[in-house]
Amino acid sequence: MAVLANSTAGGQVAQRSSRARQRRRDIAQWMAALPYLAPSLVLFSVFVFYPLVRSVVLSMYATNSIGQMTRFVGTRYYQRLLESSEYLNSLAVTARFVLYTVPGVLIVSLILATLGNLRLRGIAVYRVAFALPLAISGATAALLFMFLYHPTLGPFNYFLDLLRLPRVGWLIDPKWALMAVAVPRIWLQSGFATVVILAGMQGISEELFEAAKIDGAGRFASWRHVTLPLITPSLFFLLVVTTLGAFQTFTEVNVLTNGGPVDATQVVVHEIYRSFYFNGQYGFASAQALILFVIMLVLTIIQFGVIEKRVYYA
Amino acid sequence: MSTSLALRKTAGQAVVYLALTVAAVIVVYPLYNGLVTSFLSANSVYSYPPKLVPVEFCWQNYLDALHQAPLLRFVMNSFIQSSGVMVSQLVLASLAAFAFAFLPFKGKQVVFLVFLSTMMIPWESTIIPNYLFIQGIKWDDTYLGLIAPFMASAFATFLIRQSFMSLPRDLYDAAVIDGCSNLRYLLTVALPLSRPALGTLAVYSFLQTYNQYLWPLLITNKIEMRTVQIGITMLRDAEREMWQVVMAGVVIVMLPTLLLFVVANRQLIRGLTAGALKG
Repeated sequence: MAVLANSTAGGQVAQRSSRARQRRRDIAQWMAALPYLAPSLVLFSVFVFYPLVRSVVLSMYATNSIGQMTRFVGTRYYQRLLESSEYLNSLAVTARFVLYTVPGVLIVSLILATLGNLRLRGIAVYRVAFALPLAISGATAALLFMFLYHPTLGPFNYFLDLLRLPRVGWLIDPKWALMAVAVPRIWLQSGFATVVILAGMQGISEELFEAAKIDGAGRFASWRHVTLPLITPSLFFLLVVTTLGAFQTFTEVNVLTNGGPVDATQVVVHEIYRSFYFNGQYGFASAQALILFVIMLVLTIIQFGVIEKRVYYA
Repeated sequence: MSTSLALRKTAGQAVVYLALTVAAVIVVYPLYNGLVTSFLSANSVYSYPPKLVPVEFCWQNYLDALHQAPLLRFVMNSFIQSSGVMVSQLVLASLAAFAFAFLPFKGKQVVFLVFLSTMMIPWESTIIPNYLFIQGIKWDDTYLGLIAPFMASAFATFLIRQSFMSLPRDLYDAAVIDGCSNLRYLLTVALPLSRPALGTLAVYSFLQTYNQYLWPLLITNKIEMRTVQIGITMLRDAEREMWQVVMAGVVIVMLPTLLLFVVANRQLIRGLTAGALKG
């Protein structure tokens, strides 16, 4: 009896000391890892996590002209957003912009990558040309297109003249302006997208194409039934990335149209910029920014939940 | 029979090359048109029809562009910002990646998720507090204000981590048994073996930062602190439309990144796609 009690007590002591030893080891490991992680974690706290919390707080306060919080207003800004025709318009414009650019980028880069994947002499030069927009900034791309769009001097209207079509006021006609802003965006993003798809295509095993050939598949059939299914991971990745990118668009709008004509190109980020930078409505703008964050998060989750199931991972 | 087959093959190849060339011309055209326009005289730019091929080489436009806006100062500002961001991302990402790839510690998954979540929070949704913060500590119109928010990067960390994970684990274990410290292993073994990933990251973060627009637009007000992407729009606003001068400015501003791309595109493309598809 006494022996038994003694032995359990000893066991507990041993267990406790082993747990203490485990704890000491955990701490020692953390102390070893911390110097490596701390610089990044501190910077993320200062420039990502704290500002996110701060955005939430700010969105519930009225502010003065330099952004200091003056009065608690609760959820009033969020209610006002639902009635703000400017904000609702910017959401609708952004949605249309997403619908223009995301399929645009995917289709253009799918074509370019298919061409670039052909095995021919000199193909490397074409591949570099297709990837070239990767190096170009939104601001310079916008300026290049601004001249192409010029009503009287620009080549685009000249091409329309050649085709005997009526000229278009690309950036001044509310019907065309958003499309005109979307084109440089598609051009810019197609560089990166082509590179990603091309890499996916080059990862496909040669044997699959030979098997398809033996089964009597022609060039198009093997593209449709071998290449396309096997690059769905790349396409899915690009779908997510270009959708998020379209929601964050600012530069092209700011340079080309400044949101006009009559707010036809006023995308969400440009509306946020106008609210806080020009109108000094920091709280109201923060509410808009948080809604943007939530929309992007929900869309990403939907894309992962719904579309990813149809992606074929080899 | 065999000649007609050969003929058909040649014809098919010709069609393919034609398609490739048409695609390449369309992709390169905006750039080409900018370059051609940058060398035209004002008379040619403002006459109809637009000149689609280089008919003259008017270098004066480049001098005018440099004269109308302090472009070289803008380029220098952007170089300082981009180099600062690049160097700090290389250092901080290598450190964090080392902890993720080699060091055992409790809660690694959680810390990994913390890093990952920074990629899910769009910069635009936190930009107002960041702007107020940088203004509050009087870092607007400074290089620090341009660099600090971008010094740490989860994407950069994952890119380097990917490379570290491909190194043989035994190498690290053996080094530790031999009494090699973590820091020494990182500096003398892991980093030299990860040169391709470091090169990719260096090029990528430099390009990204050089091409930034919204943040420098918000926090620089003095002309001498403007970065290139903001400064270049000054040419457009400066005087009554001088498109040949604007295009010359655009070419000057694009030149560093285009050269970087031509030199390093292989490196950049291979590294980025490896990261994008595996990560």
